[in-house]
Amino acid sequence: MNRIKQQFLAGPYLVWIIGFILLPLAMILYYAFFNEDGTFTLDNIASIADPVNLKAMGLSLELGVICTLICLLLAYPLAMILNNLHIKNQSFVVFVFMLPMWMNFMLRILAWKLLLNKNGVLNTILLSLGMERITILNTPAAVVFGMVYDYLPFMILPIYNAMARIKKDYIEAAHDLGANNFTVFFKIIVPLTVSGIISGIVMVFVPALTSFAISELLGGGKVLLIGNIIEESFMQGMQWNIGSGLSFVLMVFVMISMAITNAFDKDGEGGTAVW
Amino acid sequence: MKKKLINFVDISKSYDKQLVLDEFNLYVLENEFVTLLGPSGCGKTTTLRLLGGFETPDKGQIYFDSQDITYLPANERRLNTVFQKYSLFPHMSIAENIAFGLKISKKSKAYIDDKIKYALKLVNLDGFENRSIDSLSGGQQQRIAIARAIVNEPKVLLLDEPLGALDLKMRQSMQYELIRLKEELGITFVYVTHDQEEALTISDTIVVMNQGYIQQIGTPEMIYNEPENAFVADFIGESNIIDATFIQDEVVEILGVKMPCVDKGFGQNTPVDVVIRPEDVELVEPSEGSFEGDVTSLIFKGVHYELDVMANGYEWLVHTTKLVPVGTHVGIKVTPFNIQIMKKPESADEEAVEIDE
Amino acid sequence: MVKQNSPGSCRNRNALLSRRTTNLLSKTYMAFIFLFLYLPIFVLIVLSFNDSKTRVEWGGFTLKWYVECFQSETIMSAFATTLQITLISAVISTIIGTMAAMGISKMKRKSRTFYLGATNIPLLNADIVTGISMMLLFVKFIDLGFVTVLIAHITFSIPYVILNVLPKLKAANHSTYEAALDLGATPLYAFYKVTWPEIRSGVFSGFLMAVTMSLDDFSITYFTKGAGVNTLSTMLYTELRKGIKPELYALSTILFFTVLILLLAVNYHPSKKTPSRAKEDFV
Repeated sequence: MNRIKQQFLAGPYLVWIIGFILLPLAMILYYAFFNEDGTFTLDNIASIADPVNLKAMGLSLELGVICTLICLLLAYPLAMILNNLHIKNQSFVVFVFMLPMWMNFMLRILAWKLLLNKNGVLNTILLSLGMERITILNTPAAVVFGMVYDYLPFMILPIYNAMARIKKDYIEAAHDLGANNFTVFFKIIVPLTVSGIISGIVMVFVPALTSFAISELLGGGKVLLIGNIIEESFMQGMQWNIGSGLSFVLMVFVMISMAITNAFDKDGEGGTAVW
Repeated sequence: MKKKLINFVDISKSYDKQLVLDEFNLYVLENEFVTLLGPSGCGKTTTLRLLGGFETPDKGQIYFDSQDITYLPANERRLNTVFQKYSLFPHMSIAENIAFGLKISKKSKAYIDDKIKYALKLVNLDGFENRSIDSLSGGQQQRIAIARAIVNEPKVLLLDEPLGALDLKMRQSMQYELIRLKEELGITFVYVTHDQEEALTISDTIVVMNQGYIQQIGTPEMIYNEPENAFVADFIGESNIIDATFIQDEVVEILGVKMPCVDKGFGQNTPVDVVIRPEDVELVEPSEGSFEGDVTSLIFKGVHYELDVMANGYEWLVHTTKLVPVGTHVGIKVTPFNIQIMKKPESADEEAVEIDE
Repeated sequence: MVKQNSPGSCRNRNALLSRRTTNLLSKTYMAFIFLFLYLPIFVLIVLSFNDSKTRVEWGGFTLKWYVECFQSETIMSAFATTLQITLISAVISTIIGTMAAMGISKMKRKSRTFYLGATNIPLLNADIVTGISMMLLFVKFIDLGFVTVLIAHITFSIPYVILNVLPKLKAANHSTYEAALDLGATPLYAFYKVTWPEIRSGVFSGFLMAVTMSLDDFSITYFTKGAGVNTLSTMLYTELRKGIKPELYALSTILFFTVLILLLAVNYHPSKKTPSRAKEDFV
């Protein structure tokens, strides 16, 4: 089969791209930039400046950054420890740390709800230890907990993969040239895992920034993120144009965050190479 | 007399219960170019890694400048290693790679810049400071690796098959480069290779190793011309290694023919191995030779022809510049000086030669 | 010569000690993360056998939540829908994606960039935006329901298939395929005998990714499902907003162990060697 003929195999996918990727995006742009009566407007975009929306966007960014940082701080040492394990069952140990990722997203939230409830496991333990009950559920902290729990494996995996690709020779060469463990860590290991860190950050930050289910379930309607506002404008308010406008703004934020992170990734290995 | 710079004393090391080095003893003199030569699995790389500080022995001590460095971490040792390959840091430029060790020892910027220039000149890569690692050929990468090591002014440079990944031409020119470097720097080189030609070309002293034991230590000439056992003879170049009997001093019986030789002291009627280099086998008229036989194969090798001659039940390997067609009936002659007698090893242990001279 | 009890052996002991400390720290840290990841799941599992009205106090062992779970119309129908959506979408996206990857691998730079760029959109865009954009399109033409969810799942699954198959095609030896044609094989036969064995593992892992993504998706399904159709994710979302029912613990437990067993079977059978982890041959 020659070159040209084989290219036609991508035909069905081309139809799919146009019909279900590009056309929907055009729809959202249309709703974002036009009124119900079909006239061009920037009001839908400008609605992000509405105090409620602005506050939600700010909170989304804040929680997204906090969640990403916590994930990074938790995942990096773990990836390093897993990579340094010199045991037969290493791949199994890595598998164990990835396994919760395959459990349904909602069930993972349910589990946290159980732990953090007013009469939940955490408070039962605290009370039995003679300590005060603490209220975490329905606060931003609970939302961050849930996000970290949900997205942590997405940070561990790319960093671990980047770590596993570092050849042992680099580390030995650095020691040989006089570097102690700290120098090796900051000058060799961290720079060589940047692409993994970038992938991890994108994979955690984007869903955290745009989440609405976690904040709805663990925030109890009290933690309003931009995702919740958009969701309500479609599912309750029927304000499709404003919802689309806000979605467009959200999309812009996602693109900006990727541009920023990709600027740090000199090798260009991060980004899409998420797996 | 030169002083012993490095001294391995009774070193034993095993991986996964497999003994790699057993009661290993070796010293290296100052300013010597020492090559550890042997097949893979002989323990040569382990020896180098012990010296570099990447492994610790199970038993024994390593002394450097008469100081015990057995457990000293790699970064505190005054020696630097050039690795097999892939050891240049891919996220740094060439200048950053070379400056790595100097920055750690907190040298001034001017000093570092000077050193980078000097080192790049030394390895014939002036002006490569800001190139990326990917843009270099394999040979250039290894030269940068050498530059990165020598700017730290180590007393010893360790090289772990540094030319192994290069093609033949590049390897040869790098060998001359290494010899020149050694002369210019005047430091000790410890070199690991499995390539006997390379070892013969570049070394002052060759240590032939097999299965964790030292087989022979000597200059390239000694190793080539007077191998102490069949392993060394076989490993260093192609040879005719023939079972023989040492009749008495200066007489040896090879393939049923009594021949004069120059060796003494192997006893009387002792089984021995005889080594005859293919270039030392002379082809003569059948009547003039000690052995008679037929040419069974002929290959043109450029500088010489390589022949197999079946004579007295042994297939002789012969290098000659004369064209002798297959099927020719020839005589084989060997001058006494070119017959090298070796003791037969009685056990694996005895294959390791005592090195305390 | 240096005395037997040289400072070296003392240093050896120190090195050993510090290695032990690091080891202990590492193990503690791993245990901490392990606890963080598994404590919630463990609690779910324990409570699924708990015969008690209040949530966290132990009231004796029971299997009644499992019975209720299997008797619940809501759970069972969501479960059935999920299975159908996942399997159908994974199969279709694997076929379209594999074909697309084969086409893309033969393309010139320009069209290649277009296809790969389009492939990246659903991968990188926020799920909520993807879901909403598709909903906006669908409502113009058809009622939201099973079919729209299916289309949406196929759309976000195809990129994973392509990304798994393309590298295999790149690594595959092109001349073997041409050699097969040269030796008289039909293109289909040559594909089956030569190309397929080289990309099979990529297609398979692409399929598994498609299954995983489909099973786990919430946001996109949520916006494209309309009323009446529910996958497990959207059903759980509705239920969790109302409150927690103990039969959901039972469901969690069943799903957890199903996933565990499936993944163990797929990922980790004893014949599979750990890659690149075997101790390098220094000697």
